[in-house]
Amino acid sequence: MSLQEVGAVTGVGETQYMRGTDRTPLSLQLEASLRAIDDAGLKPTDIDGVIPYGHGAVAEDFVTNFGIADLRFSATTPMGGASAVAAIQCAIAAIGAGICNHVLLSIGRTGYSGGRIGTRVQQMPQFRLIGEFEMPSGAIAPAQLYAVMARRHMELYGTTSRQFAEIAVSTRRHASLNPNATMRNPITIEDHQSSRVISDPLRLLDCSLESDGGAAVVISAADRARDLRHRPITVMGVAEGHPDSPSAITQRPDLTTLGLAKAAPKAFAMAGVTHSDIDVAEVYDCFTYIVLCQLEDLGFCKKGEGGGFVQDGAISLGGKMPVNTHGGLLSQAHMAGMNHIVELTRQLRGEAAAQVPDAEIGLVTGYGDMGDGSIAIMRR
Amino acid sequence: MSDYTKLTPQPTPDTQPYWDGLNAHVLRLQRCADCAKVRHYPRPVCDACFSMRVEWIDASGRGRVHSWTTTHHPFHPGFRPDLPYTLLTVDLEEGVRMNAQLRNLDPADLRVGLPVRVDFEPATEGLTLPVFVPDR
Repeated sequence: MSLQEVGAVTGVGETQYMRGTDRTPLSLQLEASLRAIDDAGLKPTDIDGVIPYGHGAVAEDFVTNFGIADLRFSATTPMGGASAVAAIQCAIAAIGAGICNHVLLSIGRTGYSGGRIGTRVQQMPQFRLIGEFEMPSGAIAPAQLYAVMARRHMELYGTTSRQFAEIAVSTRRHASLNPNATMRNPITIEDHQSSRVISDPLRLLDCSLESDGGAAVVISAADRARDLRHRPITVMGVAEGHPDSPSAITQRPDLTTLGLAKAAPKAFAMAGVTHSDIDVAEVYDCFTYIVLCQLEDLGFCKKGEGGGFVQDGAISLGGKMPVNTHGGLLSQAHMAGMNHIVELTRQLRGEAAAQVPDAEIGLVTGYGDMGDGSIAIMRR
Repeated sequence: MSDYTKLTPQPTPDTQPYWDGLNAHVLRLQRCADCAKVRHYPRPVCDACFSMRVEWIDASGRGRVHSWTTTHHPFHPGFRPDLPYTLLTVDLEEGVRMNAQLRNLDPADLRVGLPVRVDFEPATEGLTLPVFVPDR
């Protein structure tokens, strides 16, 4: 059984994104979920599958709060920032198997007001190896672990910090057009170059935000999607990929290749489209460099050519491949990429704040846990 | 030394020989006792032949710089006094990599392929950490 065109995004929802709240992650997650369910034209009790993002609400919370009488499917996809898009694959596999019809993906977090994201890695079991062998030497946070990948890319291919800046500037420009983005003041290359160094070569404006809020998506069986409120956004191809040495970047044969490189060819083949068919891309952007690397691993350019690819407004609205049209994790909010799925859906519906004209086909990626990748290609 | 506030490892029976080696100022690596593939970080199964038979070898401690980062932001209060500090990822002669802080070199002089060797720094009671110094 192929998962091609088995499922569709039928509803999306977000809370107001914030930097500062006294609300609980559960409250934010349930609010976003109710909005997504309403957007789909469904009732909360219609949800028969849930895949909540890790470390937040559990299946029981949805049964309890929504009065779901017969929850048929629950799962988690523990891949860090790749989880949300990997959950699309999980949801459609369950739908295709006939287990359920409407699967709710959701996240709620107080990444700003609660436990800060930057140091949370220390408590995560998938990082046992680096916890024992790298953290005692001071290699603790994702920014440090990924900086080593970025440095290697720069040394091998001549990639520059100003090219990273192009990504930060473009993403902020998109956020400035989005009423629900938390960082809306435009920035320049020079602003990026003068922002403080976090872990060389990554500067402050290379790093994503820590945010409070919630986001949710409803994935429905294709044959149930047609009669709902919006035109369904059909998932044409979907895949996840795990890099070599997934638990320790240090030991990875090629520091500049991510798990997405394994997933992308599968998703493109399933979708039956090529790169020139993609009108808009929402690419997981925990750090600017990770966007650049994924554009290579997606196949939009060769390995080592990502720096050139992102220059001169190429990934901005109006450029050859608009990327992160909502402002991403860098400037909208860090919702672990659930907001990227929301945005791709809005682009393909034609209702985005920074709309790519007549966008028909787009893709969304996830990236997390030191290199796990996920991708979904969708059409209107 | 209860005033040590940095993160400390919690060795397991699978990894204890590595930490014992550092305390003896020897870099020990796991080697598969069946197919002789060297692996790091220490773990129970050889990914080449799936053997669980393990032996430990004394590594040369010599290697070459693969990549690096210099950290300026205090991600953990225990490391704040060290800022900025440079973390090297090094290709060891035995074919695996390791990660440790740089000593005795200006980070501006780092380049891929630079020869380095491991040295040993007492951190706190019962814990010695590896560092890298230029191998001139």
